Amino acid sequence: MDATLGGSSADTALVTSHKPTGKISDPIFVGLLWASGIAVLLILGLIIAMLFEGGLPALREFGISFLWSTSWNPVTEKFGAGVMVFGTLLSAIIAVIVALPLSFGIAFFLTEIAPGPLRRPIGVAIQLLAAVPSIIYGMWGFFVVVPLIAAYVQPPLIEWLGPIPVLGALFQGPPLGAGMLTAGLILALMILPFITAMFVEVLESVPPMLKESAFGVGATTFEVYRNVSVPYGNTAMVGAVMLGLGRALGETMAVTFVIGNATRMSASLFAPGATIASTIANEFPEASMGSLKLQSLLQLGFILFVISFIVLALSRMLVRSKIKG
Amino acid sequence: MKFANILGAAAIAVGSLVSGGAFAADINGAGASFPAPVYQAWAAGYKAKSGTGMNYQSIGSGGGQNQIVNRTVDFGASDAPMADDKLASNNLLQFPTVIGSVVAIVNLEGIESGQLKLSGPVLAEIYQGKITKWNDPKIAELNKGVKLPELAIVPVYRSDSSGTSFVFTSYLAAASADWKSNVGAATSVQWPTGAGAKGNEGIAGTVKNTKGAIGFVEYVYAAANKLTTTDLINKAGKAVKPTEAAFMAAASAADWKNAKNFAASMIDTAGETAWPIVSATYILLPKNPSNAAQSAEAIKFFDWAYGKEGDEIAEKLHYIALPDSVVEDVRKAWKAEVKADGKAVWTN
Repeated sequence: MDATLGGSSADTALVTSHKPTGKISDPIFVGLLWASGIAVLLILGLIIAMLFEGGLPALREFGISFLWSTSWNPVTEKFGAGVMVFGTLLSAIIAVIVALPLSFGIAFFLTEIAPGPLRRPIGVAIQLLAAVPSIIYGMWGFFVVVPLIAAYVQPPLIEWLGPIPVLGALFQGPPLGAGMLTAGLILALMILPFITAMFVEVLESVPPMLKESAFGVGATTFEVYRNVSVPYGNTAMVGAVMLGLGRALGETMAVTFVIGNATRMSASLFAPGATIASTIANEFPEASMGSLKLQSLLQLGFILFVISFIVLALSRMLVRSKIKG
Repeated sequence: MKFANILGAAAIAVGSLVSGGAFAADINGAGASFPAPVYQAWAAGYKAKSGTGMNYQSIGSGGGQNQIVNRTVDFGASDAPMADDKLASNNLLQFPTVIGSVVAIVNLEGIESGQLKLSGPVLAEIYQGKITKWNDPKIAELNKGVKLPELAIVPVYRSDSSGTSFVFTSYLAAASADWKSNVGAATSVQWPTGAGAKGNEGIAGTVKNTKGAIGFVEYVYAAANKLTTTDLINKAGKAVKPTEAAFMAAASAADWKNAKNFAASMIDTAGETAWPIVSATYILLPKNPSNAAQSAEAIKFFDWAYGKEGDEIAEKLHYIALPDSVVEDVRKAWKAEVKADGKAVWTN
């Protein structure tokens, strides 16, 4: 998919040799194509510029420490992005840590192990997971997952792991069910289909000859997987994970339902937290025009944009370097 | 801050298209979500009677204020009253429509509605994380004879900024000087402890799922869903139950005569039977409407809503109607202050 989107230099010569001449309709068509292409850049540029311009007063007010200040107090109008940046990154990282092994397992099962009749239903099921709207994940998370975690997962973990020094700090607080860990788990489920789909693509692109040779010299399934398939596609796989991470960073509705929405810093995975997206969703409707709160929210949006941009740019670089190399 | 305006305007434009707002006479309003059910019920009742429709977009109080400041709607709606200087600089008339109240809900085994009594200072300490167990002596003192478990209290609050949070935190600030100076009152605050949940539904769901949880919701919501509410000790030191009579007592105890822009506080009033967490919700109307006919239609709508039919609809939905004297003052304000070309747009 990336190869076709990126285009390859071999096609360029073909296009130039067939350059449309003489007709009126063709230049118009080509012009429209140019316009569509440029429009994307323009829209993206305008969004970035608008977010930055809108958030600039907040940055002026609080300085660069806005990025890490952990205060979010609408009463005293002291705003900082620290808690949300932390929450955004932590929940997305938890999601990737949980989704990664699952995706590996599913993708390898689908490409190597699953018998033909089973392959389709599982593939469709994975695609359906991607089609579920995030608000549905949020509601399901809130009404089903949160009570289950509060009743069966958190109390034993708090009891067993809580007293351990250092590590125990991750498992503190009342068993609310909602919190950073729950948000990470729901996010994991949401990014799973994307990562899996790309893994399947990568694994399918491994030349059969390589795998058969490995089997031929007596390698086990696991050894073929570890020594042939994964190394062959590893860079593209890292790219897939980064794309999943990018999606997890910006997810809003599902997270808002299950993260517990507390603008306080906490080391505990069970403690309620907030992400940039959830804070914007929560606070935006009541932020009045021209207020410092609205400006801070726009600045938060800009920060999220920058974080997502960095993650996506990294993933594109990794995927592209693999395809070209 | 064009973005918010464009977004809101787009939402309203789409909304009015969807709801068949092709008729020019339809009234457009936007804002607070708390009174949205009664405004929508009024709209249906008024349409049946007069043929004029009213489209109300429940986009939050902040959004309502923004929309009316930009004049993209005929009226804005806000739970928290707008500041006097902001009203003046934007040439807006503010008036209340209905009264609502906030109640505390709990999840404690064996405790039913009305069995538990709490007070403002105790609630403030619970939400500050200073009282952490249900069998704390301060709670036990208010509840002699009630068996209280040694269970952690889990405070739950609104994660989305809302008028309900404003009313509740205003009450905590009135009841506790400590809360006032350390946390304050606003549509969203930096809650010292507990977990946030989205909307009344979110709070109710979290409280239901969490043993030992306490939360606050609008009475309208608690009544409709039969949630376990607590009694509160009011300023007069009397324990009161959250009933419509108690809310009305608070409304009549409020100092409407001296309130600027009708922003009379009904928080922690002195009445013996008054429920302490009561507040009105407001409408914002331009004093210098660009379209006088449209503005007159909006006023006609609210004039009807203040009448017998409107009151009945509000009552059915558990909202409290305004005291008659206040309604009369609002009508006077319409006549005196909403003018186009020097003439009142609405005359009764």
